[in-house]
Amino acid sequence: MELIDLTLIWIVIIGIGVFMYVLMDGFDLGVGILFPFAPDDAARDEMMSSVAPIWDGNETWLILGGAGLLAAFPMVYAVFLPALYIGVFLLLAGLIFRGVAFEFRFKAGSDSRHWWDRAFFGGSTVAAFAQGAVAGAYIQGFEVVGFSYVGGPLDWLNAFTLMTGLGVVTGYALLGVTWTILKTEGNTRDWAYRLAPKLLAAVMAFFLIVSIWTPMASEHVRDRWFDHFTALWIFPLMSVLTAAWVLKKLRQRRDAAPFIGSMTLFALFYIGLLVSMWPYAVPPEHTFWDAASDPGSQLFLLLGVLFLIPIILGYTAWTYWVFRGKVKAGEGYAGH
Amino acid sequence: MELDPLLLSRFQFAFVVSFHAIFPVFTIGLAAYIAVLEALYYRTDNPVWEKLSKFWIKVFALVFGMGVVSGIVMAFQFGTNWSTFSYSAANFLGPILSYEVVTAFFLEATFLGVLLFGRDRVPKGAHLFSACMVAIGTFISSFWILSANSWMHTPAGVELSDGIVQVTSWTQAIFNSSLPYRFAHMALASFITGGFVVAGVSAWYLLNGRNLETSRKALKMTIIMLAIATPLQLVVGDLHGLNTFENQPVKVAAMEGHWNTQEGAPLILFAIPDSRNETNHLQIAIPKLGSLILTHSLDGEVTGLTSVPPEDRPPVGIVFWSFRIMVGLGIIFILLSLASAWQLWHGRLEQSPRLLRALTWMIPLPFVAVLAGWFVTEVGRQPWLIQDLMRLNDGVTPSLTGGMVLLTLVGYIAVYAVVFTAGLHYLKRVITAGPDPVDAAPKDDTARPKRPWSAVPTGLEDEAAKERS
Ligand code: HDD
Ligand code: HEM
Ligand code: HEM
Repeated sequence: MELIDLTLIWIVIIGIGVFMYVLMDGFDLGVGILFPFAPDDAARDEMMSSVAPIWDGNETWLILGGAGLLAAFPMVYAVFLPALYIGVFLLLAGLIFRGVAFEFRFKAGSDSRHWWDRAFFGGSTVAAFAQGAVAGAYIQGFEVVGFSYVGGPLDWLNAFTLMTGLGVVTGYALLGVTWTILKTEGNTRDWAYRLAPKLLAAVMAFFLIVSIWTPMASEHVRDRWFDHFTALWIFPLMSVLTAAWVLKKLRQRRDAAPFIGSMTLFALFYIGLLVSMWPYAVPPEHTFWDAASDPGSQLFLLLGVLFLIPIILGYTAWTYWVFRGKVKAGEGYAGH
Repeated sequence: MELDPLLLSRFQFAFVVSFHAIFPVFTIGLAAYIAVLEALYYRTDNPVWEKLSKFWIKVFALVFGMGVVSGIVMAFQFGTNWSTFSYSAANFLGPILSYEVVTAFFLEATFLGVLLFGRDRVPKGAHLFSACMVAIGTFISSFWILSANSWMHTPAGVELSDGIVQVTSWTQAIFNSSLPYRFAHMALASFITGGFVVAGVSAWYLLNGRNLETSRKALKMTIIMLAIATPLQLVVGDLHGLNTFENQPVKVAAMEGHWNTQEGAPLILFAIPDSRNETNHLQIAIPKLGSLILTHSLDGEVTGLTSVPPEDRPPVGIVFWSFRIMVGLGIIFILLSLASAWQLWHGRLEQSPRLLRALTWMIPLPFVAVLAGWFVTEVGRQPWLIQDLMRLNDGVTPSLTGGMVLLTLVGYIAVYAVVFTAGLHYLKRVITAGPDPVDAAPKDDTARPKRPWSAVPTGLEDEAAKERS
């Protein structure tokens, strides 16, 4: 092995990249998932406006995830995408519909706007579900010969991945509802405050089910958590405490805390997943080191990424700053 | 008959990439135009520039949105349908595509938010800066993606070991020999596309006596630009062809319709290539001109298709005809922009309804030229996926079945049909509504219905209706 383990660095970078994606696109997908439940059209307008300036930047993290995997762990890219072929199509179709809904909805007359409301909801929900199913499929592992996937087209879809898919849909909805609390006022926020505890409860229920089911679905995960009692149990414990904290803040009607708390919750779930799967990139056999690209390629990209990611985070933070605060009704209308 | 996953994957890739390609070529040109308008407004404070910029930003927002969503599909197509190719070429393609994301996509996507929605929230200078970042982002993006694509045509700086590409020189691989030509040709194509759309829409307003002040300015700017860009495209295209002749002589043979290697080859203007009999029917040709163009000598030797076995030849008809469509349109573009520039120079452009009408009709044609160009390039590379290194059938995903690909192909066609129809419909609406009149009093925001941020205000329908009546 080399002096520095490039593969390890890349695991960290991709890990953070995927997490950035889940957090950032999570809440704007969540806004879409909640769309039909919003009290009225004005609320829908506000909710969509709160994410309109930033969703595209958020989604770029997904593309970085895809391209970064191709660069650093080509085997993951070359096995996951064929294995999840139909699911990837659903994910992309969902993202297409919700993406164009932003512009189209505001241009549609009142007679056709509801179609784009539906596209926004349907696209967001399907995309979120597909992402959850991907996570589930990852836990279950893939049938691989050499570096090619050899399983069937629908291996990824079963009761377990259905559960992880629905879990992510509710999870994103929670992020979306707490974001709505953060960004809106009045009627819309009241509605969000009412909905949030229910979603929180649903998320914790899914967390419980998936946590019990995962060790049953994967031998490797079972060994990790139950073979010897480890310090890892701190993560589920913290998840429960965080959920309780979020609930308390919701009761106190604090606008920012629930969103921060929900993100923390996601971080804990995510860490829990990673430690469960470590060190497998393409379970059940191939580790990240098996899946890695040439060190020369990893290094070539690393230099640029280390330099550029701080800059990206800088100007991303700037746009969030520009669009800080509550969405004001009638504001923006911008482009004109 | 059994469904062939390879053939269907080719259809699928050609479909999704062609669909994607029509949006970037337009947005690259338009982003640059918007940045120029914003800069003019910043310098002069003349509201005409602001009105124009606001109007084209509305169009931009729509088209860019469609470009983004169709682009995300592209980022995953490589893995879903060409996983063996992706795996083999990952050491080069992976970093290149990732650099595109970190240098370009984030830049475009993030500053786009400020460009569309931030006018009243940031200082004027910051808004101009955002417009510039979006424009620069589109160029950086085309640089990387064209580097990746050019490398597939003229691979360099790599060696193949055990079927895996290992990079030996990053500079040679990135700046491979066809990149400069392809980049210049594509950049010009973007300017030409953006230019003809802006010119066509402005000409249409002038014909209808609407938005005179803004349209006059926009038309003048774009005609001058087009009069420079279109002839330049011919020169760059010619150089591009010479580079291809050096690296991919069989592709050029297909473009030119030459079956046999010969000295003093003719320039074939029209023919119906016949692959089975390795000959052309109904050929109209100018003697020796082909050799003159490609080798700069009347008796230069020009490679023919029969120099390689049939299984190494691209489908000749598509390449041959696409090439003629592109070049034919290129020549029409040159003539029309020069004629318009001439009339403009003599102050008569606005009094030339036929020219204005021709400019309006021109709007879809640059898109046709761009797609034709890509068809020449990509189909001409067949049967190679990476020229002389990897064949098409070695790159396809092994686990694919024909049914899966057919299912997603039909899915993409359905999704894109909906998106495209709706997009065109809304574009038409934005364009019918037109820019805000220059002398309009500042709008009273409080009087407006509660409507959120969009790059385009709602109620366009009513405005358009008012305008028509
Ligand atoms: C010459 C230019 C060019 C070419 C040949 C391509 N693209 Fe593209 N692409 C762009 C120029 C561009 C762009 C102008 O930069 C876009 C248009 C809208 C946008 O956001 O960026 C874009 C968008 C775009 C996006 C979404 C970016 C975002 O969300 O901001 C992805 C993932 C891709 N492209 C990927 C591809 C792939 C894999 C291609 C290879 C077949 C491809 N593009 C061909
Ligand atoms: C954006 C404009 C582009 C268009 C319109 C375009 C068009 C096409 C077409 C028509 C084909 C099908 C050829 C055939 O199967 O006969 C094709 C194939 C392909 N192109 Fe492109 N292309 C574009 C850009 C790119 C870029 C930028 C890349 C790589 C970075 C690329 C990589 C490929 C690959 C991998 C295939 C599939 C294998 C093949 O059929 O050769 N293309 N493209
Ligand atoms: C005016 C005369 C023109 C000539 C002589 C010319 C020449 C060429 C040649 C030789 C190629 C193939 C390069 C290769 O595959 O190796 C090409 C590709 C292409 N052309 Fe043109 N072209 C012309 C006009 C245009 C115009 C007007 C447009 C669009 C507005 C255009 C857009 C394209 C595109 C998008 C490609 C594919 C990308 C590339 O390989 O650069 N061309 N052109």
